[in-house]
Amino acid sequence: MQRRIGFYVCHCGTNIAGKVAVEEVAAFVRTLKNVVVARSYKFMCSDPGQEMIQKDIRDFNLNRVVVASCSPRLHEKTFQSACERAKLNPYYFQMACIREHCSWVTEDPAEATEKAKALAAAAINRVNHHEKLWAREVNVHPDILVVGGGIAGIQASLDIARADRQVYLVEKEPSIGGHMVQFDKTFPTLDCAACISTPKTVAVSQSPKIKLFSYSEVVEVSGFVGNYTVKVRSKPRYVNEERCTGCGQCAEVCPVSVPNDFDEGLSQRKAIYRNFPQSVPSVFTIDAKNCRLLGQHKKCGLCAKTCQAKAIDYKQKVREFELKVGSIIVATGFGVMDPSPLKQYGYGRFEEVYTGLEFERLNNAVGPTGGQILTKKGKKPESVGIIHCVGSRDVNHHEYCSRVCCMYALKYGHLIKEKAGHDTRVYNFYIDMRCFGKGYEEFYRRLQEEKVTFIRGRPAEITDQAESPVERGKLVIVAEDTLSGRLLRVPVDMVILCSAMEARAEAPEVARIFGINQGGDGFFLEEHPKLGPMTTPTDGVFLAGACQGPKDIPDTVSHASGAAAQALALSTRGKVQISPTVSYIDPDLCAGCRGCIKLCPYSAIEFDERRGVSVVNEALCKGCGSCAGFCPSGAARVRHFSARQLFAEIEGLLDSAV
Amino acid sequence: MGDREPTIIAFVCNWCTYTAADLAGTSRLVQPPNVRMIRMMCTGMIDTKYVIKALLEGADAVLISGCHPGDCHYINGNLKARRRVRLLKEILPRFGIDERRLKMTWIGASEGIDFANTIKELVAEIKQLGLNDLRQKMIL
Repeated sequence: MQRRIGFYVCHCGTNIAGKVAVEEVAAFVRTLKNVVVARSYKFMCSDPGQEMIQKDIRDFNLNRVVVASCSPRLHEKTFQSACERAKLNPYYFQMACIREHCSWVTEDPAEATEKAKALAAAAINRVNHHEKLWAREVNVHPDILVVGGGIAGIQASLDIARADRQVYLVEKEPSIGGHMVQFDKTFPTLDCAACISTPKTVAVSQSPKIKLFSYSEVVEVSGFVGNYTVKVRSKPRYVNEERCTGCGQCAEVCPVSVPNDFDEGLSQRKAIYRNFPQSVPSVFTIDAKNCRLLGQHKKCGLCAKTCQAKAIDYKQKVREFELKVGSIIVATGFGVMDPSPLKQYGYGRFEEVYTGLEFERLNNAVGPTGGQILTKKGKKPESVGIIHCVGSRDVNHHEYCSRVCCMYALKYGHLIKEKAGHDTRVYNFYIDMRCFGKGYEEFYRRLQEEKVTFIRGRPAEITDQAESPVERGKLVIVAEDTLSGRLLRVPVDMVILCSAMEARAEAPEVARIFGINQGGDGFFLEEHPKLGPMTTPTDGVFLAGACQGPKDIPDTVSHASGAAAQALALSTRGKVQISPTVSYIDPDLCAGCRGCIKLCPYSAIEFDERRGVSVVNEALCKGCGSCAGFCPSGAARVRHFSARQLFAEIEGLLDSAV
Repeated sequence: MGDREPTIIAFVCNWCTYTAADLAGTSRLVQPPNVRMIRMMCTGMIDTKYVIKALLEGADAVLISGCHPGDCHYINGNLKARRRVRLLKEILPRFGIDERRLKMTWIGASEGIDFANTIKELVAEIKQLGLNDLRQKMIL
């Protein structure tokens, strides 16, 4: 069939036309073989732009279309749909990127125009060899997996459950709630964190549509959008979840005492423990490493003797099982940076230097001090220094802003005044106060009125070397007030370091399991920083909450509801289109060497013994082309990435060069 | 042909380096115009013959760039590409092509700055190395 190509070059306002002589490109393309029409237009992605393509397909009987504009990652689908509306197979379309890769990054207009011509010629050459392809439609499993039971995972699970879809919520800790349940109050309204989060955690446990797997981790994910198989590993609690009533008698008799992680190590817990009284699930867990019987193989068994419900089961084993789901929401949250590397602040050296999260526990009614703000010596502090941006906004550690520290520092200021007394002096050492949210600026103003001191300057060091009687027995914060230019020495009883929110230490492993990427800052990378904050390059895997970047609670909840909506959209439609650009092995060319079978990362190729050839299972193939890149006889090829298409593209790129 | 500018063909994967190139563009990081990119789904699908074809057709260098090891969207296609690059570097001299005309890098999706720097460095290296006159020789 005679090729009849339509070519369209976009001005993109002045984004392209400001550098590339678009009319010259169109005139050049008009001279190329098989080109029937070549036009330029102000905005090809606009409705009139798309209609122009559709009209030309009809009027000129076009059977191939090329658009030279922005990145295909932005608008390839837009133009493919336009082709489809004009009854042209969408794979008869090719896009040349002359904005991101040309007009925006080339200084000289003449050079930019030459490059645009080469890119256009390559696309024209390639499209000659395009073949008709049809997207496959597959069913979407209606169930949804949520990974991580912090406030993000909880919100997403509840939203999905309300739509009457089955949710599997996997949490690696013994109970859900994440960081939020460690907090005491939340800014700027000073709502009690437990009061607003426990109704949600309880709703999770009561919802018939949410199946919670606590103390469990996802170890493997296979399949594709709509049809994921997830392998979950449940760690043994050594307590029967059905039988345990949560009475707590076991913990009373347990002879072992170890630092309590939930209290950031500020208190002790037993080897059989529960994080806090309202934990969901409310059952106890034996920490096998520290248990006398399980970890040290000594005689004990006191908890089993005490338990009237007969819930203790020392023989529990790791349990692995599979779940089938249509989509996955990753809500694995954040980590808090260990401030020890910032030696100047003395964390770990001075006992009165706390991280933000440790101070959070001091405030909590079920925390180590029962909610009182006390120094290690058990006294109320007379003065407290709060240091902002510890490890964040710092090129030596994390360049980004952690987004929550200014606000929780304000909250601490209020709580210190409220709990330790209004005459307690609170000094904030800040770089910039970033109070951007709803009600945040008002809260900042309120704290100024509550006589909290704000000093603009990042402290140089914290020292216990007194230089005057007032400094004796205190920690001295040495800083420059950059607004007045004065050097300050501020003696305080307690220092709080607002250490950076960072990606969790296990983020690389999580990224690998779910097939997503980490950005330069370590957080998971979204599909588009502005317009696709919940989606990832892996279809059917969504992000929720602080695993994508530092977020406060309101933003986390919004993000999680957004992710839930994305997953529900897939689940409700029940069908999804799968790209047809998968591999194919030509049985006439295949020599049966089976090299491709070993290379396929998805085990999607099988050997047909009868015919002596390898065969691709298209349902499993993701079109990576590991087979096609290798095949010595050229039998394996990826649809839409055939050798003929690639050769044509290479020739197009080079013809103008030599 | 002395003052012809070098032309470099880059085979890049859709998920990492192509995205990084988009980011470099969005961030307006100016680059020399010598590199022309071909978007592949994965570096693992780059057949050795594409590289040889590009160099025989007159490209002065070929860049293959994908995700960092461990980050591949298709598990390990980038490592398969690395093996093929190793193989190609042995074969190319037999075609009379300097193996330095083939380069492989890892550039992640968020590394727009690295992408722009890689392009600048590569163009400078190839300018130093000189042009690939294989095509002219073949015509003669």
